[in-house]
Amino acid sequence: MKPPPFEYLAPATLDEALELLAEKGGEAKVLAGGQSLVPVLNFRLAQPAFLVDINGLDELDYIEVEADGSLRIGAMTRQRRLELDPRIPLRAPLLAATMPLIAHPQIRNRGTVGGSLAHADPSGELPVAAVALDAEFVLRSHSRRGERVVPATDFFEGLMTTALAEDELLCECRVPAAPPGTGWAFREVARRHGDYAHAGLAARLTLADDGKIVSARLVYLSAGEVPMSAPRACAMLEGEEPSEGLFAEAASTAARDEIDPSDDIHATAAFKRHLAEALTRRALAIALDRARAA
Amino acid sequence: MSRHHVSTQVNGRVYEREVESRLLLSDFLRHELGLTGTHVGCEHGVCGACTVLLDGQPVRSCLLFAVQADGRQLATVEGLALSSEEMHPMQNAFRDAHALQCGFCTAGILMSMVTFLEENRDPTEAEVRSALSGNLCRCTGYQHIVDAVLLTAERMRKRSA
Repeated sequence: MKPPPFEYLAPATLDEALELLAEKGGEAKVLAGGQSLVPVLNFRLAQPAFLVDINGLDELDYIEVEADGSLRIGAMTRQRRLELDPRIPLRAPLLAATMPLIAHPQIRNRGTVGGSLAHADPSGELPVAAVALDAEFVLRSHSRRGERVVPATDFFEGLMTTALAEDELLCECRVPAAPPGTGWAFREVARRHGDYAHAGLAARLTLADDGKIVSARLVYLSAGEVPMSAPRACAMLEGEEPSEGLFAEAASTAARDEIDPSDDIHATAAFKRHLAEALTRRALAIALDRARAA
Repeated sequence: MSRHHVSTQVNGRVYEREVESRLLLSDFLRHELGLTGTHVGCEHGVCGACTVLLDGQPVRSCLLFAVQADGRQLATVEGLALSSEEMHPMQNAFRDAHALQCGFCTAGILMSMVTFLEENRDPTEAEVRSALSGNLCRCTGYQHIVDAVLLTAERMRKRSA
């Protein structure tokens, strides 16, 4: 179908964009890459009165590596640019491995980091990676809230619902440097490369000098209304000597008790739990190898 | 509703139009400019039939508004042939390898694959299949499309050797 009528506004600066959002509030939608918003408009699932196109905001298109190894990624950075940046595999290898899983190059050429995060689709890979990486998001507005920094875990509040207020713009994603001894893996099962995955997860393990697990992160996509963490499974892993048996127990706990997938036309919830369990065992084994090599 | 002035270069030629803000780039190309080589399939970014190059990069023209193409360069399948006498090597290979049946998906596949081969001159069959995952074809079963892309790559390598 064709999108419903709207007033198109194209601010040239962040200041102008925030001014427009303050003015139009709930009547406006922010147009970033448009790879999710335009389908929503074409299906007429949303009929905003105003589209605020932030593609002219070059000031939000950057990837900076800080002295402490952390990353600052501007919200309007195209996903393809992040995918091809040679610094990312060294600084945030989990993020580098995540990018090619997002749809197709034609989509990533246009899709943005901030757009995918703000869209907050629970089947999206970037929100899952952001939670697994303990990322933080910088939100700005012209209200008294001003600038605030929200951890990824608090940002995703529900199905396509985030901590963003109507007049706020997600401006930056901050990814802290991984501690030494950290390994990672992103595994998913989709019918075709680039399709919405039935199940998948980002896993991170950090080992102490004695080889025990000091911290673990397991975050699942398509497993609930938000990127789903598995705190109980992670608690089972932390403080322990890694082993196949331990990984199997944690995988079982996460897949059976902590995630909440639903049936859809392609897969039942039971099948998704089965996938999640198998993928968790595999992801943990890969993360362990990488942590030991790190 | 607001109308906007759009000045855009398509296949090297400048076009100027007044458009409604909600006009999709795919419809702009087809209905305003008469460039009907770009096809419209799903209109939600899944099928890839409407793929065109925006400043040299393949994108879905159904997920862009015409107004966003203001000041930008576009390339569509109409501009692919080297001249009115000579097709692009990819177009020749598609003919030689029988890579199209109804042809609906072909324009989008050509635009995607031309860029893919610029980035990867010597792809494996698996890489070609992966690169094709963003374009749906309901006729061919893909085998002959894969063959045609590999044939193009081989011919282009020979030509530049």
